[in-house]
Amino acid sequence: MKAMGATQEEYYRGVRMVPYDLIKELVLALAGVGILAVAVSAILSSPDVAPVTIAAWAQADPVDFVTTATGELAGSTTTAGYGNPYNTNSSGQAWGPIAPQQWFGTRIPIDTANTFVIEPLQRAVTGSPDLGTGLDAWQKANSDQRGKWTDAYTGALANATVKDGKVTVPDGDYGPLPVMMSNLLGIAQTGGLDGLLMVNGRFYQTDYTPALLFMGDGSYLSGQAEQWNLLGDQWGMMNETGRYPGQTWLWLYTMWYQVPPFTSDTGFFGLNSSNADLGIIILMTLLTVALALVPLIPILRDIPRWVPIHRLIWRRYYSPHARRTAG
Amino acid sequence: MDAARKISEQPASWTFRARQAIDRQLPMDHLLPTRQPYYVGSWVYVFGVVTIAALVWVVVSGVVLTFMGPQWWHDSSVGRFLNSLHFWSVQLFFIFMVLHLWGQYFMAGWRHGRAATWAIGVVIFGVSILTAFTGYLSQQNFDSQFIAVNAKDAMNGAGIGAFFNVLNFGQMYGLHIMLLPIGVTFLVVLHIVMVRARGVVKPIDPEGVVQP
Repeated sequence: MKAMGATQEEYYRGVRMVPYDLIKELVLALAGVGILAVAVSAILSSPDVAPVTIAAWAQADPVDFVTTATGELAGSTTTAGYGNPYNTNSSGQAWGPIAPQQWFGTRIPIDTANTFVIEPLQRAVTGSPDLGTGLDAWQKANSDQRGKWTDAYTGALANATVKDGKVTVPDGDYGPLPVMMSNLLGIAQTGGLDGLLMVNGRFYQTDYTPALLFMGDGSYLSGQAEQWNLLGDQWGMMNETGRYPGQTWLWLYTMWYQVPPFTSDTGFFGLNSSNADLGIIILMTLLTVALALVPLIPILRDIPRWVPIHRLIWRRYYSPHARRTAG
Repeated sequence: MDAARKISEQPASWTFRARQAIDRQLPMDHLLPTRQPYYVGSWVYVFGVVTIAALVWVVVSGVVLTFMGPQWWHDSSVGRFLNSLHFWSVQLFFIFMVLHLWGQYFMAGWRHGRAATWAIGVVIFGVSILTAFTGYLSQQNFDSQFIAVNAKDAMNGAGIGAFFNVLNFGQMYGLHIMLLPIGVTFLVVLHIVMVRARGVVKPIDPEGVVQP
């Protein structure tokens, strides 16, 4: 049998050829798939659940909003302690000497206190002497004093009450935080913070990084996502809102997040839940390379010969009658 | 005129050599064949062409959506329908592509010098996943919002997030409507040319091997 390097004429020598219309096949495929896609689209439409705004969050759960904003000031949120590419407050994920999160540095710098709280308030301070005085007091305070205020205020928020959308906490020494947070909450509830977190000094913008990081630090967004089964431990990356199919082709990637060692604190061979993202990306990269190299990998390349599915696909070829007439 | 043609078709001419190579590797009766081996009779062979057909519908609906702009598919019923057509064409594209992949695996389609064709197919699968991912991030709905927040950790953990910021709609949208579709289309054309140049692989010989 002629193999690599043979021309088609040599390769097919002795093989019975039958008429074939490639263009007709392609046109029929285009028509068939088009009819199917149009029909499914007309009947089932597509997912379009409206995105969450910071205004909706601040209106629906003002205590969570204020708690998150206070955490941004205190440096206790996920983003505040994230590490690269946002800041250097964590070493990030690593597997032995493999630490790409550190290698590429702080390419998208985010100072959570300034970006999410102080700068938006500074832009909104006009016409509010109390806010101006409060911001001045915050800026002049040292880090110890700020820490005492944020600790006390965060503790008090556990007993906060909400009336007419405003958050009230028991009396205490919170410094300027009540006036800062009531102003930030008010701005957010009117939709102002959605815009202020997009300000970049230029007219046009398409980068939602600050707004999404801030929302991600709260529990409102993830609470909404949980209802749609979008969380990581719900196979969220391959799901979609409603009953629509999501990225089902990510099933293998998503599966690794549900099984040890990537769900384990102790893990195996240095891989565990704390570096699961890095471990799973490396694993999927290796598996993809292996898939591309299947023709070169013994056993994997032999399975098709052992599993007789090919005999169903080419049953005409393997039938004794065909072999006689083809010969 | 004839003299000029002879000069331009000298063996030293790069153009002449390129034409000779194309004629040799991919003559028209290989590119657009009118005959095929008798054993090409299974529905498995259809998965390849319907994958291409679905890709055509993905691109056509995507071009319309791109032309009309990101707000259109939320604000108008026609836009919503085109968005649905794009969404379902992508779903069909992946269903057919996976069936094609499994079909080719169990046919050991990489045999007789076709390993590169198989490898390019796997690369198409990977680039298509990336293209669809940026598409899901560009939907501008709750799903895209939470996928971005969720997926950033995987990207950042692997160091990719420093350059591929899933929270940056402009970057994801630009990649989705321009660079990645060009990449998928180029690779699919290359894959088809390689298939047509080599022809359809022969059935697995009961006594033979399935090495490349």
